[in-house]
Amino acid sequence: MKRTLPLVVVFMIGMIVILSEFIPHRPFSKINETLENWFMIISGFAMLLGQISLIQVNTSKIRNRDENWQYNLAGMISFVLMLFVGFMWGMEKAPGLAGHGESLQAVLGMKPFDYLFEYVYTNLSATMFSLLAFFIASAAYRAFIIRSFESNLLMITAVIVILGRSSFGAMLTGWLPESWNILHLPKLTDFIMEFPNSAAQRAIMISAALGIIGSSLRIILGIERSYLGSDK
Amino acid sequence: MKLTPLLERRIIYLVLLIAVTIPLLIPIGWKTEVSYHVRMAYDLIEKTPAGKAVIISFDYDPSTMTELHPMAMSMIEHAWKKDQIIIATALWPQGPQLADKAFTEMLKKFPDKKYGVDYVNLGYKVGGMVTIQAMGRSMETVYPEDNSGTLYQDIPALKKIRTLKDISWISSLSSGVPGIKEWVMAGHDMNGVSVTGGTTAISAPGFIPYINSQNQLIGLLGGLKAAAEYESLLGLVGPASNKMDSQSIAHLLILVFIAIGNLKAWRKRKADREKNTLGVKNA
Repeated sequence: MKRTLPLVVVFMIGMIVILSEFIPHRPFSKINETLENWFMIISGFAMLLGQISLIQVNTSKIRNRDENWQYNLAGMISFVLMLFVGFMWGMEKAPGLAGHGESLQAVLGMKPFDYLFEYVYTNLSATMFSLLAFFIASAAYRAFIIRSFESNLLMITAVIVILGRSSFGAMLTGWLPESWNILHLPKLTDFIMEFPNSAAQRAIMISAALGIIGSSLRIILGIERSYLGSDK
Repeated sequence: MKLTPLLERRIIYLVLLIAVTIPLLIPIGWKTEVSYHVRMAYDLIEKTPAGKAVIISFDYDPSTMTELHPMAMSMIEHAWKKDQIIIATALWPQGPQLADKAFTEMLKKFPDKKYGVDYVNLGYKVGGMVTIQAMGRSMETVYPEDNSGTLYQDIPALKKIRTLKDISWISSLSSGVPGIKEWVMAGHDMNGVSVTGGTTAISAPGFIPYINSQNQLIGLLGGLKAAAEYESLLGLVGPASNKMDSQSIAHLLILVFIAIGNLKAWRKRKADREKNTLGVKNA
């Protein structure tokens, strides 16, 4: 019963959602609408679950003094601090348990939560993403090496796209006459993106979609049961 | 002198840092050429009549602000120049704050624009595509109140907006999932609303197939260059245009690194060949 009931629920809900796509009328449309509302509510709880999991994983690593546990501690302190200032004084126009924190706002220029978001979180996030540029530069130096026909093709395409996606590229071939427009680097880049790239992307997307349909059917029909906590 | 891989990496990082920083301090002023996809997005906003309600969805977080925030500001400026009503939504939790930030910055240019009349921030909703599907049935059900707690029916800008079908265009500024793809599937394919958007340069190739004859996606802004192109269409020199010189220099430097990497590999192959030939002769 413990395993059969979830399988029956999944089968019924899966079938209703599929049928409602083909029969967009009552009762299917109404049931589908209710299910979508349930989904949004459950998704909200998933965020809470994520936070609980974050606390559990981090506290366990700190307690056991795992490798680099100091980073987990820093993460937990940041988490608790944001939670605390958010609960106490709220964010933007929303008040917290202790109101809007006018005295703190007078010092910081904004609410403590907004201050931390604006001047700490935003900058740290942007820094993390910016590091990608350094990794790309280093990876390009090591990866784009001429070894075979395929690697040649990859490198030539990369060079065209890199130049075409910069202001310098437009300047470099800007002197070409109109009849040679296709060789103008930004145009050539657009061509690569629109045709060879789109063709490959579509193939990937169609394959992924077929894979999703297959997996969904396996779940609806009860063949795939790993979401229940075990694949048996 | 033989450089170790670690030292090589450090040299690359240092040279790149210098190359990116100098154009930020001393701008070169290279011009960007407007691409077809950016013009498509521009034309969509340009051709929408005044007084129409539009959605700009802030589906990104501060990590990708450098690329996406200039797009948001340009689109807000363009829509306000055309007297369109902007409804800000977010499928990412940090989105509403970034929307507020963009509006605050743009209000310096458009001090006459009033909250609740010319723009509104409906805030974040969890659920991704399902949320958009639900907006297709009733916007008020999904957003009973805005980000500051004002009831939906008390907001003048939303008086005539019942469902997603009452929206003229949607722009999703997205740096991942949920984002453009979800708006295309639920916003355009299910509700027939024109969808455009902006994303990071690294994600753009994945969305280009949606720009097709069925108009699933009308134009796309991919990365900082596209944001700079949009600014040039508006006749501005904004944050994206200012940063483009740095990006262009970084691209050139990467090409130089690729050339050095190939030269090094070629020399190594040559040395190996000579060593093998010598070995065969000695044998």
